[in-house]
Amino acid sequence: MAVATDIQKVLEDAAAELYVWALKDIPQDLRDALVSARGRETSVPGLRVLDTIIRNVQVAEEERNLVCQDTGIPVYYCRVGEGFPLHPARIAEALRDGTERATIEHPLRSNTVHTLTRENTGQNVGHRVPILHWEFVPDWDGLDVKCVPKGSGSENMSFLKMCTPAEGVGGIKRFVLESIVGSGGKPCPPGIIGVGIGGSADYAMHLAKEAIARPVGTRNGDPLVAELEGELFDLINETGIGPMGLGGDVTALAVHVEHADTHMTLNPVAVNYQCWAARRATVHISADGVADFDREA
Amino acid sequence: MADARMSFPTSEEAIRELRAGDSVTVDGHIIGIRDRTQIRIFDQGVPPPMDLAGALLLHTAPNVRKVGPGRYEKLCIGTTTSARMVRFTEPLGRDYGVRAICGKGGLPDEAIEPMRRLGMVYFAIVGGAAALETTQIEEIEEVGWEELMPECLWKFRVKDFGPLTVAIDSHGNSLYHEVQAEAQKRLEKLFARI
Repeated sequence: MAVATDIQKVLEDAAAELYVWALKDIPQDLRDALVSARGRETSVPGLRVLDTIIRNVQVAEEERNLVCQDTGIPVYYCRVGEGFPLHPARIAEALRDGTERATIEHPLRSNTVHTLTRENTGQNVGHRVPILHWEFVPDWDGLDVKCVPKGSGSENMSFLKMCTPAEGVGGIKRFVLESIVGSGGKPCPPGIIGVGIGGSADYAMHLAKEAIARPVGTRNGDPLVAELEGELFDLINETGIGPMGLGGDVTALAVHVEHADTHMTLNPVAVNYQCWAARRATVHISADGVADFDREA
Repeated sequence: MADARMSFPTSEEAIRELRAGDSVTVDGHIIGIRDRTQIRIFDQGVPPPMDLAGALLLHTAPNVRKVGPGRYEKLCIGTTTSARMVRFTEPLGRDYGVRAICGKGGLPDEAIEPMRRLGMVYFAIVGGAAALETTQIEEIEEVGWEELMPECLWKFRVKDFGPLTVAIDSHGNSLYHEVQAEAQKRLEKLFARI
């Protein structure tokens, strides 16, 4: 019991640090993607936007300030080993407490409101917030927690379509393109386009969100899906929406697709947009309670 | 596409000189405003406790720290999506003489005609680039309607604020309209390839 309590404290401390860290220090793969985007862009407003973004990432580091003022809705992805000595109920509690502490101590803007009254419910916590996703891993005693503070400008540009099987892969591609063009500059392009295909309606959106949390440069392990990622990337960047929707060559930094098998009469496609400030940070906690932070996971 | 430096508040004449695509850097004062602030002004009919004549408005809800009665220190100030607030464009210009609105993501086409008629512009800032934006805001000089925190009326003194892009000018041009029209054309070709 003593061990479990200590681990809960370690996790709470780690969660408090993780949330702030994710907001201030964006991963290297994203920094590289932004520099590469700068190299591909030719439009004058597009270059102005990308130069400002790159300068902003630098200033955030120098000033130890947040990259973006939107502290987001806190989302955590938890991978729990079967031998990890803290029950998920207590993991959830530690993540909630850590989120609340970070919000008060930093302080961070609290965005969480009751969905009907719109009244603030607390310090970035509330009913079912933070949002937690779980994966349970056999033959392992560790815990990985990935924090993804999700900005609302991009989250508002989320779309779901239940295509028919007859619409096939073409239907999926058309819907993704229409979603990106319809979003214009609102989700802060160039971003990571998360696409979830298959499963059920809710699961497709879940997969799209999981896709945006992957490091830039990673590909889906299924070669067919990886090919779709590459094709969508080229198509989206040919729309000309450009940085901040002002026109240009770079609309997407990456397209990530996650898939699940589905029902023979279903063909769901979900789009979840992640802005250029694609914040994420991970901590690994070992069974003996050592926290190891990892910006790149 | 010119590079301009402007100070706010400003005149209609200065606004009419700007063309879509120009780059602008701003000094002087800007006023932070958001959804609830404008709902109070226009839907609830409460006149704002600050002069908006000639003003540049910024769509924001800043992260701040309270340092005394009515006094706030900046922590992180960025910009929110403008499109939600498009319906306030015309009354802001007509009733209060606002000259410029700065936000991210753009305003839909319904803003083009009032901006042309009333002599207003929309400045696109880089959404998410709040760390940089915060360094360009020297001080929070005044806060109105504190009870709407963080959606108050904020008077910021700024220096070298930008670069901003004139995305909708006062001559009927909108970069967003142009980009959408072009993208729709391209979509037809892309669909044919799928």
